[in-house]
Amino acid sequence: MQKNIICVSCPMGCGITVELNDNGEVVSVSGNTCKRGDAYARTECTNPVRSLATTVKVDGGIHNVVPCKSAGPIPKARMMDCMNEIAKAEVKAPVILGDILIENILGTGINIVATNHCPAK
Amino acid sequence: MLNYDIVVIGGGPAGMAAALKAKECGVDSILILERAETLGGILEQCIHTGFGLHYFGEELSGPEYADRFIQLVNEKKIEYKVDTMALQITESNVVYAVNKEDGLLEIQAKAVILAMGCRERPRGALNIAGTRAAGVMSAGTAQKYVNIDGYMPGKKVVILGSGDIGLIMARRMTLEGAEVKVVCELMPYSSGLTRNIVQCLDDFGIPLRLSCTVVEIHGKDRVEGVTIANVDEKLRPIKGTEQYIECDTLLLSVGLIPENELTREVGIELDPVTKGAVVDEFRETSHKGVFACGNVLHVHDLVDYVTLESQTAGEGAAKYVLGKKDAPEYITTKGVNGVRYIVPQKVNIKNDDDVKLYFRVGQTYKNAKVVVKYNGNEIISKKRPRLAPGEMENVVIKNDILKSFAADGVIEISVEA
Repeated sequence: MQKNIICVSCPMGCGITVELNDNGEVVSVSGNTCKRGDAYARTECTNPVRSLATTVKVDGGIHNVVPCKSAGPIPKARMMDCMNEIAKAEVKAPVILGDILIENILGTGINIVATNHCPAK
Repeated sequence: MLNYDIVVIGGGPAGMAAALKAKECGVDSILILERAETLGGILEQCIHTGFGLHYFGEELSGPEYADRFIQLVNEKKIEYKVDTMALQITESNVVYAVNKEDGLLEIQAKAVILAMGCRERPRGALNIAGTRAAGVMSAGTAQKYVNIDGYMPGKKVVILGSGDIGLIMARRMTLEGAEVKVVCELMPYSSGLTRNIVQCLDDFGIPLRLSCTVVEIHGKDRVEGVTIANVDEKLRPIKGTEQYIECDTLLLSVGLIPENELTREVGIELDPVTKGAVVDEFRETSHKGVFACGNVLHVHDLVDYVTLESQTAGEGAAKYVLGKKDAPEYITTKGVNGVRYIVPQKVNIKNDDDVKLYFRVGQTYKNAKVVVKYNGNEIISKKRPRLAPGEMENVVIKNDILKSFAADGVIEISVEA
């Protein structure tokens, strides 16, 4: 199987073609113009990850929500599951930037942390 | 009347970096005026990550990037007033501002730093036909609703404009459960980063229609749909290509304009291309003691560059206040052949440092050459694998080269394909 990927490692945006065998293993990578492209294409085909930035509801804060992010990349396929989990959460003000809002979200080993302060009202 | 050495208008990344640098350069009497309820500017609502890769070597969200500067402003005890609107600057650098606590403020400044940022082009700038139904707003307005207020402004969304803000909002609305039907882009290319096309559109299967625009908005009280159409090479809609798309929200991400009302009113010279002030290498405007930096000067692609530029302006303002700025002898800079503009527009040849010239190109180039000429003679030529309108470029003029120039000379930057 062949997969076409646009590399996002730098602004060049190389079009990369990855050949995969029936077990989903990478056979060859072509079209990249540097090593970073090769690594990006391999990860993107075998275990694509994304960092997630969103908001969590706050009770009693100056705003209704506080921004947060995944402290590390999470599997791309689990992004929407994580969003649903975050949508269920509500934290109490005050929130301090860096506070862990959800620990080890859906067993990914990644924490959801606050990316701003939300003082109490 | 209050007296300060430096008054900074705007407490976003530009204003904070300028104030901090001025303080570091030995000026203690500084006041920042901020219209919003907190410092931080637009970064407060830019909750996605990707900020700070150049300046901090880390990938931060907008609020995290802003917080590093807010902490420093507090630590260095720089005074600021939030919820405060600057109304006017006078010829003699008196700043008028107003807020609920102080009422009208009259502040005499030795130097003023303009750091008001920019705002989005609104629907009125586009002349889209149709009704005035609710549900049409700028992408930044929607961003504030979702990220600060926790309020979703719509369920079925069409986005016009594929700059980074449009792309970021396509992902944000999708993550929050909305259906983003299409992103339309008038130009034959997106000015957004490739990374954002991949991670904000492709990841969610959101189609990007290039050379396409919204020609009509439908709906009485609320938007019910829009008509989109392809455009020809002169950007005119092509008859027969119209397509109706049902939606309840239209987000506009169609360009940013520096917010220069105060600048214009005091008669500061503006650059017709950047729509910001004409400045020298310390970002001093045509009005003595008034400096400008950040998106009010020219729209930046990365906040990291805003920070660097604002530090330069802060240093310039401090030098001015401390009487360390000599009478300048200027050469001018000029973008030609594919280079839309250069900031700074003039450079003092008596400057003792290297000078970085920032510029933007008007179209995409692959394997092109950036050529710098002084009075027609080539002084720098460098190969660039890729140049794009969305990305700010720069060249450095070394001080020994600068010192060899004569007053009234002209530096030209061009692109050779």
